[in-house]
Amino acid sequence: MDAEAAKLLGAGLAAIGAGLAALGVGNVFAKFLEGALRNPGAADGQQGRLFIGFAAAELLGLLAFVVAVLLIFVA
Amino acid sequence: MAEQGKIDPMHQFEVQTVWEGFSIAGQQIAVTNSAVWMVATLVALWAFMLGGMKQQVVPGRWQMMVEGFTGFIDNLLKANIGAEGRKYLPYVFSLFMFILFANLIGLLPLGLVGLHPFTVTSHFTVTGVLAILSFGIVLIVGFWKHGFHFFSLFVPHGTPMLLLPLIFVIELVSFMVRPFSLALRLFVAMTAGHILLKVLASFVVAGGQAGIGTGLLVGIPSFALMIGVSALELLVAGIQAYVFALLTSLYINDAEHLH
Repeated sequence: MDAEAAKLLGAGLAAIGAGLAALGVGNVFAKFLEGALRNPGAADGQQGRLFIGFAAAELLGLLAFVVAVLLIFVA
Repeated sequence: MAEQGKIDPMHQFEVQTVWEGFSIAGQQIAVTNSAVWMVATLVALWAFMLGGMKQQVVPGRWQMMVEGFTGFIDNLLKANIGAEGRKYLPYVFSLFMFILFANLIGLLPLGLVGLHPFTVTSHFTVTGVLAILSFGIVLIVGFWKHGFHFFSLFVPHGTPMLLLPLIFVIELVSFMVRPFSLALRLFVAMTAGHILLKVLASFVVAGGQAGIGTGLLVGIPSFALMIGVSALELLVAGIQAYVFALLTSLYINDAEHLH
């Protein structure tokens, strides 16, 4: 395979990671809402933890994006 | 850019020299568009804060807005660090407001009047310096308060002796990547959103150039999507500033209280 083609294929494959991170972020908010509806009184106090989980899940998707950008523009 | 109908989505991130400046020891110190927009962010932030710091007993709308932001960060620090968090309020507040204003100013549609906004937070050098500031404060506070006892951060309570070397390495790595993850998150979130907007905009332009039929077929859905993505970007601008402040306060909490 041509090296240029392999780079573009790798960048495309990295998009899978971005999609999986979308599942993760959705899961974080879905579970939070599920818990918040069961106990609305405790929901406001847990918003910090919600965003920590969101940040951790999102970072992995952003890393997939970085890999794609590195393959296209740098490698 | 010279090719017709081809729009380069990365062009918006190019650092251009606005004023040649001067050179020190062969190193050119120039004023770039990045520096200009950083100054614009600072001026906007100063104007916003000065307008609201009148300290009236009955606050007006503007003062309420400023007090809302300070109260928000104060609560964040109180919830995550406790009473000792108060002394970090100036730093975390400046950090949050600078990132928020830089993100929002980068989204302003000033390109309509020929003034292209530059998102300073879409550059790893800028977010990296902010992350190093936060990480440096964590290190200084940790070693100042606890001395070499600070290293007990890497060994959680009740770790079995057998697992100690493994846990130590894992905790050390997770500690050392903090500045990178902090900087990378902000920089990539901003870059990705702006590239997406420019790619969609290039669909509209290229569709219009291909003819009226293609223009309507491709341009209108793309433009509708652009409006949605712009709204999402406003949300992301706020969330990323909040996450940066939140993680900074968590890391400072580690340094203040260890585990």
